[in-house]
Amino acid sequence: MHKIFIRSLVSSLVFLFTLTVSAVAKDVKAAFVYIGPTGDHGWTYQHDVGRKAVEAAGFKTTYVEGVPESADAERVLRQLANSGHDVIFTTSFGYMNPTNKVAKEFPNVKFEHATGYKREHPNVSTYAARFYEGRTILGTIAGSMTKSNVIGYVASFPIPEVIRGINSFTLAAQKVNPNIKTKIVWAFTWYDPGKEAEAAKALIDQGADIIAQHTDSTAIVQIAEKAGIFAFGQASDMDKFAPKAVLTSVENNWGPYYVDRVKAVANGTWNQKDTWHGIGDGMVVISDLDSAIPADVRAKVNQLEKDLASGKVHSFTGPIYDQKGNLMVAEGKTADDGMLAGMMTYVKGVEGDIPK
Amino acid sequence: MIIEINFVGLIIASIMASAVPLILASCGELITERSGVLNLGVEGMMIIGAISGFALMTVTGSLIIAVFGAMLAGVLISTIFAFLTQTLITNHVATGLALTIFGIGISAMIGKNFVGIPGKEFPVLFGNLKDAIPFLSPILFGHSIVFYFAFALPFITNYFLKKTKIGLIVRAVGDSPDSASNQGINVRLVRYLCILYGGAMCGLAGAYLSMIYTPQWIENMTGGRGWIALALVVFSTWNPIKILIGAMIFGGLTIIQFHMQAIGVRIPVQFLTALPYIVTIIVLVVISRDSRKIRLSTPSSLGKSFYKDN
Repeated sequence: MHKIFIRSLVSSLVFLFTLTVSAVAKDVKAAFVYIGPTGDHGWTYQHDVGRKAVEAAGFKTTYVEGVPESADAERVLRQLANSGHDVIFTTSFGYMNPTNKVAKEFPNVKFEHATGYKREHPNVSTYAARFYEGRTILGTIAGSMTKSNVIGYVASFPIPEVIRGINSFTLAAQKVNPNIKTKIVWAFTWYDPGKEAEAAKALIDQGADIIAQHTDSTAIVQIAEKAGIFAFGQASDMDKFAPKAVLTSVENNWGPYYVDRVKAVANGTWNQKDTWHGIGDGMVVISDLDSAIPADVRAKVNQLEKDLASGKVHSFTGPIYDQKGNLMVAEGKTADDGMLAGMMTYVKGVEGDIPK
Repeated sequence: MIIEINFVGLIIASIMASAVPLILASCGELITERSGVLNLGVEGMMIIGAISGFALMTVTGSLIIAVFGAMLAGVLISTIFAFLTQTLITNHVATGLALTIFGIGISAMIGKNFVGIPGKEFPVLFGNLKDAIPFLSPILFGHSIVFYFAFALPFITNYFLKKTKIGLIVRAVGDSPDSASNQGINVRLVRYLCILYGGAMCGLAGAYLSMIYTPQWIENMTGGRGWIALALVVFSTWNPIKILIGAMIFGGLTIIQFHMQAIGVRIPVQFLTALPYIVTIIVLVVISRDSRKIRLSTPSSLGKSFYKDN
């Protein structure tokens, strides 16, 4: 009897001691859940660069890669929440429901979900980047530099994020060159170098002399380099893969936001937010412009980047028409965030139909 | 008109380039299966070849070391499979699946240090003849040595199996290991060698992807091509020439569906994406519908373990 009493006393003392230690140390631990491998050199890779920034800022981080958007995600989240993480970043759209579900069970853990819109509990925030602003820059360069007036565009999946990018790109290109055509090829993959290369080759054979991409691998810029045409990098600076072909890249820069949010958790100032940052806040970064871009285009692009950052120029400024000629955004107006978030129609000038 | 003919030539050349990894892996697996061993680890061996080739090219700077190193890596990983299934007599299917999972995992681990490094230019043969003849030039000239090897391989494989004594031994071991063993053939040794050869070809197929086709390392970059290669072996009814046809149809439709999209053909994209799989299966089933021939070319002991002690 005594023995049992002493044992339970000891164990509860140990338990209390650990509690005090963790309370005193106040170490904030951040966890990241990735859809792909950190080695994709695209989406997940850039999130991991952000995680390393958090680590460099002096916080402990953990990550789990290749987590499917299924019941597995819930299991992983629950385990991370149970193992003493204070803030968990879930970095893919499909984690939306699992994140909210697990957030309800762990009210003291903060959850940050990328590219989603559900914030069902006070401990869930959402964040995304206005990549379409970067594509306005790319479209301006492409429209100014194409000679064949055919611009190729390798797309991944027909979701608002991708459609918005195609539209923003085409509108900007049309503005500087009304004769251009944007040819879209859907690869139905986020990264499969072989498939992306084949899609790019098809577009080049069809006369495209500049290729944009909304898939993640560097295969497309390499094909462009071999064919002697131009291309744009996606997610990270792809210049070293195709020094001649890559005119610039749109980089996803999550680091500053991640550091900010983890610090907020540490200071106790974290609050629920819906963040949609663009060039102005540094979440979308335009890589160095290639020397092949003529001086006048370069000047125009630099000005445009400044104006997009200050909000003087909006990527979707009316009048904007859809493919059938219906007015989408009236003259002098800009598209609101609601419209942007649910954009599932092509603007005038894009060829083909959106796969259903 | 000349421009259009050249355009067709360019498309055919693209199709052939995309068929290369399928032909290499399928012809390798074909020999393995003809000896009675079902190795489902093709995808795993390919991805190991891909990372080994890319890593060796980056570290040593030698393309020759990289290509042969990739083949050797394929041999090494298939040795694990051979040891498990032939010496320890484990189940072929389960071991093969494990090999794929193992290959994908270990390639990702090795590959961590090679992400984001640009590949090297791989030399092409007859590059100066690229514009010599309309239509034919892009098809015939300006490709890597692996490309030419891949298109010779089905014919070499066919000759090997049908006309050589060793080919006959391989077939005998696959059809009736007991009779072969009674004839004094070392069944286990033959199967070992056939598995290792399959591994070498899959390693080469992977190296083609990471060094020549899209010179870079990305996790999982084989993207299921190993499974397609496996399916080609079965649907071609273990005939190397039909493998060549199947790989060309598959590669062709993958590329042509992108062209149809770019031209703006109004067919649902999802259907176009599924087309290569559907048509390849239909064509191969139709050209292989002679059931007597299927029975003759199917290795009767495929996937069955051989227990007899040698």
